[in-house]
Amino acid sequence: MEFEPVIGLEIHAQLKTESKIFCGCSTKFGGSPNTHTCPICLGMPGVLPVLNRKVVEYTIRMALATHCTIAPVCRFARKNYFYPDLPKGYQISQYELPLATGGWMEIEGTNGASRRIRIHRIHMEEDAGKLIHDDYKPFSYVDLNRTGVPLIEIVSEPDIGSPEEAASYLRAIREVLRYLDICDGNMEEGSMRCDANISLRPAGTGGLGTKVELKNMNSFKNVQKGLEFEIRRQKVMIERAEPIVQETRLWDAGRNVTVSMRGKEEANDYRYFPDPDLAPVEVDQAWIGQVRSELPELPEAKRERFVTDYELPVYDAQVLTSSKALALYFEAGLKEFARPKLLSNWIMSELMRALNKSEREIEACPVSPRDLAELLRLLDSGIISGKIAKAVFDEMFSSGKSAQSIVDEKGLVQVSDQSEIESAVDQVMSENPKEVSEFKAGKDKLIGFFVGQVMRKTKGKANPQIVNDILKKKLNG
Amino acid sequence: MDSKITRNEVRHVALLARLELSQSEEELMTGQMNTILEYMGKLNELDTKEVEATTHAIELRNVFREDRVVPSLDRKDSLANAPGADGVNFVVPRVL
Repeated sequence: MEFEPVIGLEIHAQLKTESKIFCGCSTKFGGSPNTHTCPICLGMPGVLPVLNRKVVEYTIRMALATHCTIAPVCRFARKNYFYPDLPKGYQISQYELPLATGGWMEIEGTNGASRRIRIHRIHMEEDAGKLIHDDYKPFSYVDLNRTGVPLIEIVSEPDIGSPEEAASYLRAIREVLRYLDICDGNMEEGSMRCDANISLRPAGTGGLGTKVELKNMNSFKNVQKGLEFEIRRQKVMIERAEPIVQETRLWDAGRNVTVSMRGKEEANDYRYFPDPDLAPVEVDQAWIGQVRSELPELPEAKRERFVTDYELPVYDAQVLTSSKALALYFEAGLKEFARPKLLSNWIMSELMRALNKSEREIEACPVSPRDLAELLRLLDSGIISGKIAKAVFDEMFSSGKSAQSIVDEKGLVQVSDQSEIESAVDQVMSENPKEVSEFKAGKDKLIGFFVGQVMRKTKGKANPQIVNDILKKKLNG
Repeated sequence: MDSKITRNEVRHVALLARLELSQSEEELMTGQMNTILEYMGKLNELDTKEVEATTHAIELRNVFREDRVVPSLDRKDSLANAPGADGVNFVVPRVL
């Protein structure tokens, strides 16, 4: 029997505020352990948490960007459980009244067509602390710097149909978070985390099978691999007519398997209740309107604008808007060099190839948009040839020098001087009499050989158009 | 109130609270919790038909602070009351 996976994702995103959600401690990553703590985030008795306004504002941003409905009144609830990373014995989260519900996100589906993944809800909550386990002694160490760092949890509906789609959805969410400038989306550092619910059902049917919750997938690759493993595992279970247990499983990236957490989480009884320490949050239309008016241009809108305003192919627009930084790079370059398609070609080919090869992000690109524009102006005005331009680009990328200075230093200015090229052509012809007579006897293909020889003599600097013209004239004369 | 707390519920709550109770403690707690519930049950004698259910005693909305960092505690003060600490981290029995 054919099975199809049914996947829903829960994404936790750390918000880029300066201070924590309920107190004034710093949210900075990498501080010495327990130096960003105070009576409130330590959960001392008798303290009062006060909500950081920016957390609400950032959550409204995400809600608007994902077409959610924003609740006129929402409130916080206590989620009760005991774990050493949670000093209060409860996590302040939202339960029955989250800030936002019922949105959607457009993603690129498996077959290339666009797909809409519905978003169930987005709510605000606080992060827990960090545990470090001693390898030799029976101790764990607790760092509470992260306790109280603001998070939003974005819960999708089970609309995702494959591990690739899950990765694509996760990427789309990360891009929007980055465009909105509310989360840096770094999965390896844990500023974005992802859990998945997954079940299988016979292909084409509507029902839902027993779902398994998958945790601990801390990279895009691991999300995809974890889901792929879980699909294989559940398929085997169903084929053997063994029951699938509803449980939480951890992805073990070292062994490439998922492992049951059974027993450890059996007490899944959080006894949520409204937090009496925090006043309900009322978001009125004026507030929503203000946040909406300050929203930056989102990937979807940018793509459309690149197509209509710059007359770029859809493919180019998609690649260029795949990250905010890349889109900004393109638009900065465009200010200095107003030929969108040529600029786009160079970014998508030479620039991205060089970035991939050196494993760098566009943010760390040694060639600035202005430098690239200068190179393209030299190319466009015929001062250097296309071939030379590529070599100059590589040199710019590795040395950080400007195009003009490399061209000057190495004397790479394209030779367009008729007499200089003519003398090179004469030399090549006299050195290769055999080929000359073959060409004259009708072997037209040899033109490529002659062009190559002339370029070699001029170290690639001869203007190829002029070389062609002169060769044809002389060989046919 | 006829919804009595059973021995099983006491065991469940004890598990959630990470408490280990002896047989006699379970019995004692079951009795005491029922007494508490009975006492709270007195509130049901009030007629609240006309009173709207609320979660907060006062009508307060939107209590915010601005996103500004203020100095944290000295780490030695943060760790001062902990049963286990090494001057940098809280130290707890190994959890995995």
